[in-house]
Amino acid sequence: MAAARARHPTEDPVWAKVLIIGLMLVFLGLVLILPLVAVFAEALRKGLQPALEAIGAADALAAIKLSLITAAIAVPFNAVFGLCASWAIAKHHFPGKALLITLIDLPFSVSPVVAGLMYVMVFGLQGWFGERLIDHDIKIIFATPGIILATIFVTFPFIARELIPLMQEQGVSEEEAAVSMGASGLYTFWRVTAPNVRWGLLYGVLLCNARAMGEFGAVSVVSGHIRGLTNTMPLHVEILYNEYDFVAAFAVAALLCLLAILTLVLKGVLEIAQPDVKRGGGH
Amino acid sequence: MTISIRSVEKKFGRYPALNQVDLEIADGELVALLGPSGSGKTTLLRTIAGLEFPDEGQVLFENEDVTFASAAARRVGFVFQQYALFKHMTVAKNIAFGLDVRKGKDKPNKAEIARRVDELLKLVELDGLGKRYPSQLSGGQRQRVALSRALAVQPSVLLLDEPFGALDATVRKSLRKELRRVHDATGVTTIFVTHDQEEALELADRVAILNAGRIEQIGTPDEVHDHPATPFVCGFVGEANRFEGVVSGQRFTAGPVVLAAPNAPDGEAVAFVRPHDLVLDAAGFPARVERVVIQGPLANIDASLPDGRRIDISVARDEAVQFTGEIRLSARRTHVFGV
Repeated sequence: MAAARARHPTEDPVWAKVLIIGLMLVFLGLVLILPLVAVFAEALRKGLQPALEAIGAADALAAIKLSLITAAIAVPFNAVFGLCASWAIAKHHFPGKALLITLIDLPFSVSPVVAGLMYVMVFGLQGWFGERLIDHDIKIIFATPGIILATIFVTFPFIARELIPLMQEQGVSEEEAAVSMGASGLYTFWRVTAPNVRWGLLYGVLLCNARAMGEFGAVSVVSGHIRGLTNTMPLHVEILYNEYDFVAAFAVAALLCLLAILTLVLKGVLEIAQPDVKRGGGH
Repeated sequence: MTISIRSVEKKFGRYPALNQVDLEIADGELVALLGPSGSGKTTLLRTIAGLEFPDEGQVLFENEDVTFASAAARRVGFVFQQYALFKHMTVAKNIAFGLDVRKGKDKPNKAEIARRVDELLKLVELDGLGKRYPSQLSGGQRQRVALSRALAVQPSVLLLDEPFGALDATVRKSLRKELRRVHDATGVTTIFVTHDQEEALELADRVAILNAGRIEQIGTPDEVHDHPATPFVCGFVGEANRFEGVVSGQRFTAGPVVLAAPNAPDGEAVAFVRPHDLVLDAAGFPARVERVVIQGPLANIDASLPDGRRIDISVARDEAVQFTGEIRLSARRTHVFGV
């Protein structure tokens, strides 16, 4: 057909396409790709051996372990909370709902450093519960519990925010159908509501996990930076960097980057794997 | 199962959705709740189902007060407009859901459930599709699955909310017949909501017409069509030409239109004339034929009155030849309501 060369009505001219795509690539390259490459290049500047040694060092291993423990506690906690909160918000009416939605977003709007300071104020030595905690020999600030609390706070909204719009879009008619057939609230939740959001939940868990392992600000305030004890991976990177041990700093940073990239790959796999969501099946 | 709705009221915020609604439904009846959107018909259905609770009034099933009983306790089968099938379950699992949730000795064993599912799939002519997922079915098939899922629990009453609203015209017609057939086969008391008068008149034993949260009239399809109780029913059910005018000495006059109005009191009034009730009459009021449209065995005639207003006339196709140019009309039957 002669018309084959004609542009599609919504298509832009070639120069505009080249310009827009080019600008985007330059921007991506400068802001995202180049720094990422730099991290790996710096880590491997003296070869693979020093980088592996830096990651294998006792303090580094302790930091990795602490980061994993923190994520392993914070993520399930937020998954449970996110499911409960989104279920309550999306499927029910109650007074104060708008306030709850705003509160869930609070960690996004508060600086992580402030979040850390809040915990120091509450649980720290000079804080509200400070003396009582010392009396009972419970250490929260400058210890693992504080780090976990701060991480939970910062990653609070991820899963809930992922699930609320999804559940709202799905409406309540499937739940009403289940209830009208005699299903209890809990049965309905497990058999109808939860399966419908399982992909969204996994997606939220991945994002939450990435942030939990990468969190710096809030954790920095409550950790106390005790090497081998209260240092997470990001904190360990900072310490190494401040000591001009660049290879070691970038080696640990590269490991963090690899975890992040792994998360993105998993997320991509999930998006391909979820069969019915994209096609809008079932409706 | 007989159902009684007594003086039910329901408000959403300040907006009254149901206003002093009374309705008696006999055992085994097929009743349509017909009305425009916002008339309260879906709210009434959900109140009967136990998915909404009224602010005032009572809902009785077989003389037992179930006003605040849960949907499950009432044993209703509910079919939703958008099917509300469980997307992640097969068709068979969907249909079996109401049996699977049962506990203890009420729960049928696996073989029994499978037999019941097969039976229901046959009833709605979907044999062999039990292993499919809802996303693999057409809209009409999904609605059949929703229907059999609602019937699986052997409900005391079957409630359907705009059951054919999302389907195309051909599928709607065949599913309508199907619902009637299923109703006759099971004998279950059935109530369905629709805004489509043709659907209501064709399918239901009785039709309740709702407007602004009130029931305007309840009756058989013939009754509501031929003897409308209110101007709203007259305008909503069936086609009608509407005139605003005055009654004086058993005659209704609206500009050039003069109609016989026996037994109507003098004063301002609205009159409705069905298109098929208009006939040629040398002593009638004048009109001018603008357009004749043949629709199968009928001819629909678009005519104008001397004052410019339009009226619709409907006659048998053979008679259409007489409708040309200037004509004179009178009405075989007029519905006049004082205002």
